[in-house]
Amino acid sequence: MVYKGKTWKFGANVDTDAIIPARYLNTTDPAEMASHLMEDVDPAFIKKIQPGDIMVAAENFGCGSSREHAPLAIKHAGISCVVAKSYARIFYRNAFNMGLPIFESAEAVEGIQEGDELVVDSEKGTIENLNSGKIFPAQPIPSFMQQLIEAGGLMNYVQKFKMK
Amino acid sequence: MIRPMTISEKILAAHAGLREVEPGQLINARVDLVLGNDITAPIGIEEFRRIGATKVFDPDKVVLIPDHFVPNKDIKSAQQCQLMRQFAKEQNLTHYYEVGEMGIEHALLPEQGLVLPGDLVIGADSHTCTYGALGAFSTGVGSTDFAAAMITGEAWFRVPETMKIIYHGKRRPWVDGKDLILYTIGQIGVDGALYKAMEFVGETIANLPMDSRLTMANMAIEAGGKNGIVAPDKVTKEYVQSRAKRPYKFYYSDGEAQYSQTIEIDVTRIEPQVAFPHLPSNVKPISTVGKVSIDQAVIGSCTNGRLEDLRVAGRVLKGRKRAPYTRLIIIPATQEIYRQAMKEGLFDIFLEANAVVSTPTCGPCLGGYMGILAKGERAVTTTNRNFVGRMGHPESEVYLANPAVAAASAVLGRIGSPEELGLLP
Repeated sequence: MVYKGKTWKFGANVDTDAIIPARYLNTTDPAEMASHLMEDVDPAFIKKIQPGDIMVAAENFGCGSSREHAPLAIKHAGISCVVAKSYARIFYRNAFNMGLPIFESAEAVEGIQEGDELVVDSEKGTIENLNSGKIFPAQPIPSFMQQLIEAGGLMNYVQKFKMK
Repeated sequence: MIRPMTISEKILAAHAGLREVEPGQLINARVDLVLGNDITAPIGIEEFRRIGATKVFDPDKVVLIPDHFVPNKDIKSAQQCQLMRQFAKEQNLTHYYEVGEMGIEHALLPEQGLVLPGDLVIGADSHTCTYGALGAFSTGVGSTDFAAAMITGEAWFRVPETMKIIYHGKRRPWVDGKDLILYTIGQIGVDGALYKAMEFVGETIANLPMDSRLTMANMAIEAGGKNGIVAPDKVTKEYVQSRAKRPYKFYYSDGEAQYSQTIEIDVTRIEPQVAFPHLPSNVKPISTVGKVSIDQAVIGSCTNGRLEDLRVAGRVLKGRKRAPYTRLIIIPATQEIYRQAMKEGLFDIFLEANAVVSTPTCGPCLGGYMGILAKGERAVTTTNRNFVGRMGHPESEVYLANPAVAAASAVLGRIGSPEELGLLP
């Protein structure tokens, strides 16, 4: 897959309360979750973003709670993928399980100015910054997790391989 | 020859049916318990149904606890709980805890003997790492992992590297497990243990009561850890032997086991710690806090809502009143803790102090209800996170501390120590 979009840049330790405040966890509706994406950081964020845009962050993105509402809100807000220097463990796991594409590259993040256009190629494992013209390698994805993505997430994987 | 392993590696290997595992290895393992709550389970239940699953793998091993927004805080929360309740009925789950029986999940499971040493547990809540205090491997996952494990009884894991943290020496007055873990997070940072197992060892830990060990393991996630773990000993044995209704196993790290990092901490130098906004790693010793006025104090949560925590609060609050215009909210974590605290006369002390005592709930910890902060307000709390907006308005502030400091601060109307009230431990 190739993801192309404009970037929105955040710092280190973006926590899941920032991604979606806990007061909105009383729903299972992804569209509603998406409407509160990054609300306490920037209440206008959800209005500013365009489908396909890319969130970029420094270290430990998605730290804090295990709420899958966080990757769900990001995905259903139309964000195509996330590029960060590193991810908190549960967020990383959740993203693969539910099908939000995420990429890890400290070098790529360093060079990105907010608003830069990126082209992220999951097969080649590259992150290209169209504004600077630079191309960075993303951290390779372990093969089991590649299988999860190919199956369309953990539940589809379970349905295909474990429920027969 | 099997490679020497840590306690975390041994538990994972045993549950994966392997003789040995090593850090970085991806394994598929059998889980002893799968946990969900009223925030995370509904999404998981919808996923379970979406792919056409009809039966959980074992109705004795799926635990559902409504604890975050119950008794229902609003109509949407009520709907979430209703979905969970119907699923529990339909699946005939042994361990569904209705309001009136429920407690905060990570206090309730150890108390009821549902988690035991040597277990492998996943829970759709980040603080599932709490049970490491019993010598179990437990870790938080999301709703999808929860849903998948309800069907298969299995989960995939990347075997974590283990970080060994050695605590030396005797604790100072009013220092408990909360201070040890806050200090540790302050040293290594909120991603200092990212993807790693945190193994807590040393003579300080050997002398630490179970409630404090549970507090420490609980906050491993606040350093980014996959799990926190304490090797079982006589404290563990005493805690579990009256609660266990099935066999359990003590695992220990081998002498030659490999650690990615070893940290030594001189506990004799640690004062009660306060984590300033907006990260749990932003800690200061109580003597350097300065004058920080507060509007609210909260004593409770999966981190510090256990009986020892309430007893400490009682010692500080006895014969005192909270400061004017300062709310003091005390939340026993389970019905059993609630009843015992009541029997011991702690509620009289709390009510005399003008505190409110709530039924068990996660409520204010995550800004749900039962103690939300207004713009510009400050709270000192025994909970686990002080992120922006965690307890209410994005411009409110949360300071994390132990129960003694939270209680003393409620009396002082500013963050302060029990020693300022002339109290000896």
